[in-house]
Amino acid sequence: MKIAVSATGGSLNAQVSSVFARCAYFVIVDSETMKFEIMQNPAEGMMGGAGPEAARQINDRGCRVVITGQVGPNAQRALESFGIEVVTGATGTVKEAVENYLKQK
Amino acid sequence: MKKIAVASGKGGTGKTTFSVLLSKVLSKKYRVHLIDCDVEEPNCHLFLNFKEEFSEREDITVFTPEIDPEKCDYCGKCVEVCRFKALLLADKTFIKFDELCHSCKGCIFVCPKGAVKEGKRKVGEGFFSEIHKNLFLSFARMTVSQARPTPLISELKSKIDKKADFVIFDSPPGASCPVVEVLKDSDRVFLVTEPTPFGLYDLGIAFEIVKEMNKDVCLVINKSGENDFLIEDFAKKKKLEIVLKIPFSKEFAKKYSDGEIDTDFFPDFENKIFNLDYSH
Repeated sequence: MKIAVSATGGSLNAQVSSVFARCAYFVIVDSETMKFEIMQNPAEGMMGGAGPEAARQINDRGCRVVITGQVGPNAQRALESFGIEVVTGATGTVKEAVENYLKQK
Repeated sequence: MKKIAVASGKGGTGKTTFSVLLSKVLSKKYRVHLIDCDVEEPNCHLFLNFKEEFSEREDITVFTPEIDPEKCDYCGKCVEVCRFKALLLADKTFIKFDELCHSCKGCIFVCPKGAVKEGKRKVGEGFFSEIHKNLFLSFARMTVSQARPTPLISELKSKIDKKADFVIFDSPPGASCPVVEVLKDSDRVFLVTEPTPFGLYDLGIAFEIVKEMNKDVCLVINKSGENDFLIEDFAKKKKLEIVLKIPFSKEFAKKYSDGEIDTDFFPDFENKIFNLDYSH
C-alpha cells in the first residue's frame, strides 16, 4: 500500500510538513517494501485550488493514505472523495511518521 | 451621460462623503444614478434615507457548471481545462469547489458531449431604489464567505439608469481587481485623499492604476487643513489638478457619524460642485 507523507524535504529523514496542500514534497512510501519515491508538490505555489490539485496528484500515484500535520477543507473533501485515508497531527521525520502509523494499524 | 468614479486607495479618506455630496448636489439639476460599488461594506444608503421595503431587490448569481450524467462520458476534459481546480473527478463522481470557480465557462467550451450546463450560484443581493425623482441608488451586498466582489460590481454596472445625466461610482478602497472593475467604465476619476502620510502614500498607488488605465483624473482633498502641502506637492509633481477641498470640521464629522451629509454645510459648496469640470 502506498502512503503519501507531506514533507519539508525530499528524503525519509525530512520533517513531516505541518501543511498538506502547500508542502514542498510528498514522500511516497510503499508499506510492504519500505521503498520510497520523492514527488515535488506541483500544487505548492498555486494561487488557489492547491488542495484539490494536491489530492488529485496523490490519487494519480495510487496512494491510499495521507499522513500530514493538517489538511484544509478543500483538500479534505477531495481526499475523501478519492477514498484516501487521512491521518493528521503527524510530527517528526517521515520515517517515524510512517512507522507510527503502521504500528497503530 | 457622464460616468464619474470616486476612488482613493486608502480607506476612510471620504469617498462616500464626496460621492454622496456630489450625487445630492447634482441631482438638484440633473438626473443622477449613484452606484455604491463597495459590495463588501456598502454604506452610501445610510446617508440617503434608503428604505429597504421600498426598494427593488434581486439575487446576484454567477455561473457554476452543472454536469448532466446522461450525457457525460467521464472523459475528464472539463477537469483538465480548469486552471482554478474547481472540478475534480473521483470515480464517476464530480466534486465541485464552488468558491474556486471563476465562472470562465471553459468547462462548457471543451466538453465534447455538451454535458456541462449553465448552473447558477448566488453570490449576493442587489438593491435599487429611487431616493427622489432625480436621484437613484444601487448597491449590493456580497454573501459572507464569498471571495470575489467583481461579479457583483459588474452586475451593478450592467443596470445603469439609461436616462441618467450623471452616473457616480463610489469605488471600494484598495488598489486591486474591484477598483479596476469600477474604473474601467468611467469617463473621469476623482481621487479623494486626505493630507496625511497614509493618504499620500495610498494616493500614489491609486494614481499609478488610474494612469495605467489612461483615465482622466483629478484630486479632491478631504479633511483639508494645514498639512495640505503634502498633497499639493504630489499634485504639482504629477501635474494633477486639485479641484476641491473639503475642510476638516469636527461638526461635519459628527453629523456624518449620525448619518447626515449636508450639501450646504460649507458655504458656497454647491456652487463649487456645479462648477467642477466633468467633461474632459
